[in-house]
Amino acid sequence: MKLVTAVIKPFKLDDVRSALESFGVHGMTVSEASGYGRQKGHTEVYRGAEYTVDLVPKVRLEVLLDDTDVDDVVEVIVKTSQTGRIGDGKVWVAPIDTVVRVRTGERGVEAL
Amino acid sequence: MEELNAGDTAFILISAAMVLLMTPGLAFFYGGMTRAKSVLNMMMMSFIALATVPVVWVLWGYSMAFGGSSTGFIAGFDALGMSGVTPESMSGSIPEFAFSAFQMMFAIITVALISGAIADRAKFGTWALFTVLWVTLVYFPVAHNVWGGGWLATTFEPIIDFAGGTAVHINAGAAALALVLVIGKRIGFQRDPMRPHNLPFVMLGAALLWFGWFGFNAGSELAADGVAAAMLINTAVATAAAILGWLVVEVVRDKAATSLGAASGAIAGLVAITPSGANVSPIGAIIIGVAAGVITAFAVSLKYRLGYDDSLDVVGIHMVGGLVGSLLVGLLAAEAFGGISGSVSQLGRQAAASFIVLGYSFVVTYILGTLLDKTIGFRIKEEEEVAGIDMTTHAETAYEFFTSGGSLAKSGHAGASVPVEGKVNA
Repeated sequence: MKLVTAVIKPFKLDDVRSALESFGVHGMTVSEASGYGRQKGHTEVYRGAEYTVDLVPKVRLEVLLDDTDVDDVVEVIVKTSQTGRIGDGKVWVAPIDTVVRVRTGERGVEAL
Repeated sequence: MEELNAGDTAFILISAAMVLLMTPGLAFFYGGMTRAKSVLNMMMMSFIALATVPVVWVLWGYSMAFGGSSTGFIAGFDALGMSGVTPESMSGSIPEFAFSAFQMMFAIITVALISGAIADRAKFGTWALFTVLWVTLVYFPVAHNVWGGGWLATTFEPIIDFAGGTAVHINAGAAALALVLVIGKRIGFQRDPMRPHNLPFVMLGAALLWFGWFGFNAGSELAADGVAAAMLINTAVATAAAILGWLVVEVVRDKAATSLGAASGAIAGLVAITPSGANVSPIGAIIIGVAAGVITAFAVSLKYRLGYDDSLDVVGIHMVGGLVGSLLVGLLAAEAFGGISGSVSQLGRQAAASFIVLGYSFVVTYILGTLLDKTIGFRIKEEEEVAGIDMTTHAETAYEFFTSGGSLAKSGHAGASVPVEGKVNA
């Protein structure tokens, strides 16, 4: 099993979520995140005083998957969240030892 | 004794209520500009003035400012506790109680204005005591001198301060500067970002102030007449022009017209037209408004260059805006409006009155602030300031960022023990 984590632009969340749903992904965890990569921050001005805001708001999306679906899902996320401009985000994949469904106690792929 | 005029009386009673609304408006205006961890304290600094000043006003403030017969430094102590004033007592064409209530609201907002300069870091108890002492030692004497027939008004007659450019705004701005120098900068000033946490609050506050200000300015005529009407239209147009002035500066300098700039420009325009609006034509009001918007838009940046932490720009907007209005009216006054023509000698009188009030307020506030700081302390502890004054001083937080964990620390209250979400000291 794999954990796919994507940090994307917040306005792309709906597109990615519906694309994943049509692909057959039935669950995910979404959280608000902030950070920066090559994009760095942006500048805000309050009464003429400039503030450099280093951390940019992002959405962090996590999906647990069977190994066979991983490449396709990553592709769906990348394709739908891409704008081609700096700050589009990142997607990474990590191996998962086990997953347990709390309600039934099922383990492994059964619990996905 | 003049006969009661029902129209005038109704207008002043309504104006008094409108001026009262300005202080809660100020609480929102300032509260939105602070960081999320200190918004409640900022709003409470205004609300405590709403609590202390009316009591002080009735006990001795009215007497000191207007109630006595003296024409020197204060009016005297003949009307302590408003003794001798009855529903039949008259002040011009309105009941003395209406006049007194209207003036009471001015005292509240004037001391509340100062609070923005010392956001996030003042001991609440010391601030509460400060409101009482400051209105007593500074506001009441200044109000008497400007409006109550005191020394200043008679020495420099005629000075133009229709609704409080010197008595309210220069006075509060100079006091704010003094207090900032006494209690020092916020921790992290010019290092950490201290962005306004809620600009919609700032806009709401500016709107409430703007509305109330029509009562403040037009009501200062103390009659429902043509001068009040002229003041009202001048207040409207000067405010509009000041917003435009501030935003043009921003667009040219910062490449963006900001909401904070619009709200700030509105207040700057209102400040500048306060002393001047009854003595200028609507064209004069536009000139004063534009000047106020442009000049204060630059003045608020001075604190970074000079290194004093006037946190919410009380000096930059109220003192500077008050000076713009008080000085410009010396040149722009139109005889058809207030009976005084603009001239260099009028400008001289305006400058004298403005800088005397500025100097008096600064010096007395500096001494008062220093005494309070050396005795009971004016500033909270460093760790309290970093953690947030709302939590450490008021045992509250404005917003709930975490929705789990914690339980009721003490179940000393009647009823079931209800878990308090997000409470950290369970």
